[in-house]
Amino acid sequence: MITRRTFCKQALLVAGGTVLPLAALELFDPRRLLAEKEEGAKVRWVFLVDTHKCVGCGFCVKACKIENEIPYDAHVSRTWVERYVVTKDGRTLIDSPGAARDGFTSSKIDQNSAGMVEVKDEEIAKAFFVPKLCNQCDNPPCVQVCPVGATYQTADGVVLVDRKWCIGCGYCVMGCPYGVRFFHPVYNVAEKCTFCYHRLHKGMKTACVDACPFGARQVGNLLDPDDPVTKVITSERVSVLKEEYGTKPQVFYLGLSMEVK
Amino acid sequence: MVHGEAWTLKEFFVYPNEYIYWSIQIVMYPFMTGLVAGAFVLSSLYHVFGVKQLKEIARFSLVFSFALLPCAPMPLLLHLQQPLRNHHVLMTPHFTSAIAAFGIVFLTYGMIVASELWFVYRGHFVARALHLRENGRGVVDHLLAILFSLLTLGAWDVGEEALHRDEKAVKVLAGAGIPVACFLHGYAGFIFGSVKANALWMTPLMPVIFICSAVVSGIALCILSYVAVCQLRKLLGRRAAARDDLSPGDEPGGADPAIVALTARYLLIFLVLAITLELLDLIFRGYTAVKSWDILRSVIYEKDFVKIFILQYGLGNLVPFILLSLPRLTIRRAVAGTLLVLLGVFMMRWNVVIGGQAFSSSFAGFMEYRLPIVPESMETFREGLGGALLVAGMPYFLFFLISRVMPIFPSRQNY
Repeated sequence: MITRRTFCKQALLVAGGTVLPLAALELFDPRRLLAEKEEGAKVRWVFLVDTHKCVGCGFCVKACKIENEIPYDAHVSRTWVERYVVTKDGRTLIDSPGAARDGFTSSKIDQNSAGMVEVKDEEIAKAFFVPKLCNQCDNPPCVQVCPVGATYQTADGVVLVDRKWCIGCGYCVMGCPYGVRFFHPVYNVAEKCTFCYHRLHKGMKTACVDACPFGARQVGNLLDPDDPVTKVITSERVSVLKEEYGTKPQVFYLGLSMEVK
Repeated sequence: MVHGEAWTLKEFFVYPNEYIYWSIQIVMYPFMTGLVAGAFVLSSLYHVFGVKQLKEIARFSLVFSFALLPCAPMPLLLHLQQPLRNHHVLMTPHFTSAIAAFGIVFLTYGMIVASELWFVYRGHFVARALHLRENGRGVVDHLLAILFSLLTLGAWDVGEEALHRDEKAVKVLAGAGIPVACFLHGYAGFIFGSVKANALWMTPLMPVIFICSAVVSGIALCILSYVAVCQLRKLLGRRAAARDDLSPGDEPGGADPAIVALTARYLLIFLVLAITLELLDLIFRGYTAVKSWDILRSVIYEKDFVKIFILQYGLGNLVPFILLSLPRLTIRRAVAGTLLVLLGVFMMRWNVVIGGQAFSSSFAGFMEYRLPIVPESMETFREGLGGALLVAGMPYFLFFLISRVMPIFPSRQNY
């Protein structure tokens, strides 16, 4: 009969023997080999929004919905435009009716269940539009919290969702401080802006960039010093949204005001 | 219609994609795991710490914990948009996510409870199997004999030494189960506490608060169910005695007030701990008043005032605290107290899960959750009152089934 002592000894030996070859696997991590071969990534997609140029026409939202097959009338969108109206007495009113798909057709501000609020022109101190989309964060909380690895970050920085693997728990939706994620009404999985990854890879621009008549939206490669977007980001005063969350957002804004949420 | 739109009411500015995505089932999830963990901790008080007076309720709560166990992941399944893909969590766990370890923690805990139960009931299985083999008549008895033989797993030795070893194993497993049960539930708290995007959820205290309230709710449900089952047995016993003309002494008695009083004392200890931590969290938030405090204050003190201060702290904590701590605790008062405690813990889960989504991450608007009562679609059933009641009722059904095989009270018959 086997004694407890020899059992423990042999069990340790077997466990040790099994772990040893596993350690060797680490040596052949394909991603690291690839990285060493290519001497680091060459592309980092970033976005530049010039809020001074945005007029809130909503063409970007419309183009995005069509390009990315987000049901046209569903009350969700990969990108949207917000209107900010700051009154002289210090109130800030914000709205984005229907994600601004049809632009801002009324001067009344949509406060949802609180109704439409009319602000007289002479009471307005300042008003502006802010387009929003996924920030393709360098430290994406949505990727961190996905329990099955269905959402991931590509080597060029874009965060994507695998529609075949997402279980639809909604943890990523909860984890995003920017509210860019939602459930796709048809596929019933997490959905988000992808910087039109399918277009970028064909050398095209994103649908929203192409649709913007005023050049308020631009997409570029941060690792290319000659890229016009990179030049603006590196030489001008740009800001990002909600820096305090440590997500390292990669959508840069020109002319952002302190009221922007 | 977009997921979440059916039950979300927006006020002021809310991001277009924001809805209440985590609804009633996510309230049920920590509530149910809390009950599992709490019931187990109660049973361990007897098995590990040798609180002899709790012997009867210990066995009861262990079986109850096992019945509750499958009901903990049930709300998650009802909540998933792709429930058929649930096994992905086990197949490709992504360990940077707090949810990824759920399968592992849950299965570990399940195995501990199952093996502990086996050691507790092995003697009973052997006795039943042998009894049925000798005296069994008909197909049902034959099948039952096979069932009990299978349940013994081939360990037929019921000598004194073997049973003593069983007891030792129970003690070890119950001891190992306490940290795992706490982990199971503390971890549910971590799922919320680690969401940095949510101002109400993000606090390191969340796992500890969850554990304390879990134990509170688990003990409360055990007291309540114990009393209910005892009263039911008494009633049935009286009826059987009248029918069979047995002497009155043979009827099973009702719930033992001494057991209830002692268990209630343990409940009070954890209740005080839970309230202390929750209040600490609230005071700390108010005192530090970071960016999110403005919106949190309007949610806590205005929008959710009734749910938090009246239902949770008042009716759910303060009133039962008084009821249970006054001397000479009667069964009736204990039942009222534990019912209120359960309401309080449920409201705490509600106020965390739904309250955490009551404001937009833009901090410029609010969202209100309208619980779907009459289901208009599968979605509003799953994430509505119907789904919640289904989850809440399931443990009792399972408990009934399991207690057919594992009797919770010492039987009058001798095998």
